[in-house]
Amino acid sequence: MSTLEIKDLHVSIETEQGTKEILKGVSLTIKTGETHAIMGPNGSGKSTLASTIAGHPRYTVTSGSITLDGEDVLEMSVDERARAGVFLAMQYPVEVPGVTMTNFLRTAKTAIDGEAPALRTWTKDVKAAMQELRIDADFAQRNVNEGFSGGEKKRVEILQLELFKPKFAVLDETDSGLDVDALKVVSEGVNRAHSNGNMGTLLITHYTRILRYIKPDFVHVFVDGKVVEEGGPELADRLEEEGYDRYLSGAGAAVAPAAQA
Amino acid sequence: MTETTTEKARIGAPSAQPFIDGFTEEGENLSPINADGTVAAPSSGPLAGDSAKGHSHGGGVGVPDSSRAGRLTSYTLEDFKALTGLEEDWRFTPLRRLRGLHSDALTGAAPAVTVTAPDAVKVETVGRDDKRIGSAGIPEDRVSANAWANFTEATVITVPAETSLDSEVSVVLAGNGTEASAQHVVIVAEKFSKSVVVLGHEGTAVVSENVEIVVEDGAELTVVSLQEWNDDSVHASSQQAKVGRDAKFKHIAVSLGGNLVRVTPTARFAAPGGEVELFGLYFADAGQHLEHRTYVDHAQPNCVSNVLYKGALQGKDAHTVWVGDVLIQKQAEGTDSYEKNQNLVLTDGCRADSVPNLEIETGLIEGAGHASATGRFDDEHLFYLMARGIPEDVARRLVVRGFLNEIIQKIKVPALEERLTDAVERELAAGDN
Repeated sequence: MSTLEIKDLHVSIETEQGTKEILKGVSLTIKTGETHAIMGPNGSGKSTLASTIAGHPRYTVTSGSITLDGEDVLEMSVDERARAGVFLAMQYPVEVPGVTMTNFLRTAKTAIDGEAPALRTWTKDVKAAMQELRIDADFAQRNVNEGFSGGEKKRVEILQLELFKPKFAVLDETDSGLDVDALKVVSEGVNRAHSNGNMGTLLITHYTRILRYIKPDFVHVFVDGKVVEEGGPELADRLEEEGYDRYLSGAGAAVAPAAQA
Repeated sequence: MTETTTEKARIGAPSAQPFIDGFTEEGENLSPINADGTVAAPSSGPLAGDSAKGHSHGGGVGVPDSSRAGRLTSYTLEDFKALTGLEEDWRFTPLRRLRGLHSDALTGAAPAVTVTAPDAVKVETVGRDDKRIGSAGIPEDRVSANAWANFTEATVITVPAETSLDSEVSVVLAGNGTEASAQHVVIVAEKFSKSVVVLGHEGTAVVSENVEIVVEDGAELTVVSLQEWNDDSVHASSQQAKVGRDAKFKHIAVSLGGNLVRVTPTARFAAPGGEVELFGLYFADAGQHLEHRTYVDHAQPNCVSNVLYKGALQGKDAHTVWVGDVLIQKQAEGTDSYEKNQNLVLTDGCRADSVPNLEIETGLIEGAGHASATGRFDDEHLFYLMARGIPEDVARRLVVRGFLNEIIQKIKVPALEERLTDAVERELAAGDN
């Protein structure tokens, strides 16, 4: 049983107009076996939270903490975080020229486990996971994400999730840009990884659509860098009907009470 | 043109050294390396054309100087004027580091040649008067002409007609000193032969070299030129191939070691139906100048050419230059050609110059393309790989190895591929210090 704890996190970025605060005090606790959905309108800071957990250098933590079973995650380099068990499925996976998927997957698995995977079972595992996610076998020989469609890139992210078996998975808008079939395939992959009971999931999404396939235990609504409302799965249903308008229209003072709730 | 703008262009992400010498917002000043105040800037650019004809020896009437066809070629040193560094083909080269290859008599001992070859191959050492000298090459610049004027003996390697070699011909050229010297090598692949010739340049040398390559009708020849010199070496190498009817010629230049290396591979089609591939791989460390200028002359119809050069740079003042010329002449109908250069800049303080030139004089071709891309090892690439648990140094190597591997894979000589992979690993390891 592991715990990923985010406490009063403040994050800013450098822009041409100067320093801009994006996260204004976020607190969240995720435990193994739990699925948390973070929902919110564009620009609310959802993806900033994801990138900050993974350690993207663009984001500066000005105060607050992130700990994994008590260990200070913010003190860790990007690769150390991954090896500690944090996985970020990226919103826009980059193409890495010159590195084949096969080579990449094996190198990453070796780094995460601290030893090279047994070649025979590993090849089999990769093949099986690719089949389940309906990724063509020839992708293994292609360069990482190079020339992949948006949907293919997302499937490859989930492939890594299944193979690397992290303690915590952060899915940054994995559902955006997917058609319904691809969404189902990807969701099944997440559910498979989750069903082993050794993973906590932080699912970041703009839409409620993916929550039909991945059932959250908790829903947090993000507006302007803060959690303004929290609840169970029923909150997602309400958002589906009402959208984010009621958080936005009132702005400022109107949402403040909810934030403190 | 005595005024120089002081504003310099910024490229890429913020870095400790955000400016590139010689660049302005308008583009590039000619020869920033060589324009040290002793030579006035030219009054006309490289596109001066006919107005500059009075100073030109090349091309003849009607061929503009800006065309590759206008380049002076001659076996006589005196035909080439002393270099100033402002010439189109020398503007990137730091002449002061040539150690006299362009100005002095090349009287030093040439690197010692050792050939290991299957029995069928004929290896000769011949004098200047051998009839095969001049059969495929003619100097296109002063440094090459200087070697031609000064070499005393040549190595001639002949792969007999209709012979398929089962192992490669290894030619080791071992330098042993820094006296400026001249070298001459002739490779003849006779009709319908199949062979691989590896020129391995090693040791310490200051040498201008001419390599003539005859690919007779129907022959298939791969020439790999490895520049694995010691750090103090200076090497200029003109490697010119004449490609016969339906012949296939593959040339791979690999430049890793040396203070200044300048390789100029040229392929000329002598008859229709030929196929040429010019590949290159280079890895420049701090202070190294590695320059490659390729030229494919499509003077015949229905020929195919493909040029791909890939380079990595790391360390202060690592400088690479790639200039690719492809000329598709009026009569070269049905030509299919492509050229591309890609550079990967690994650290601040490097400079990669890349100039893909394409001249097309007929529209009746299959294809003609040129491309160039120079990119930093991207922070986003690094983040992606590190976010999967891969440490930074491993991630860096993974990307560079992958990037350069595309060329190594084209060599198709397993032992050599392995050796080059190791050499690239060593370059990477050196950069970690």
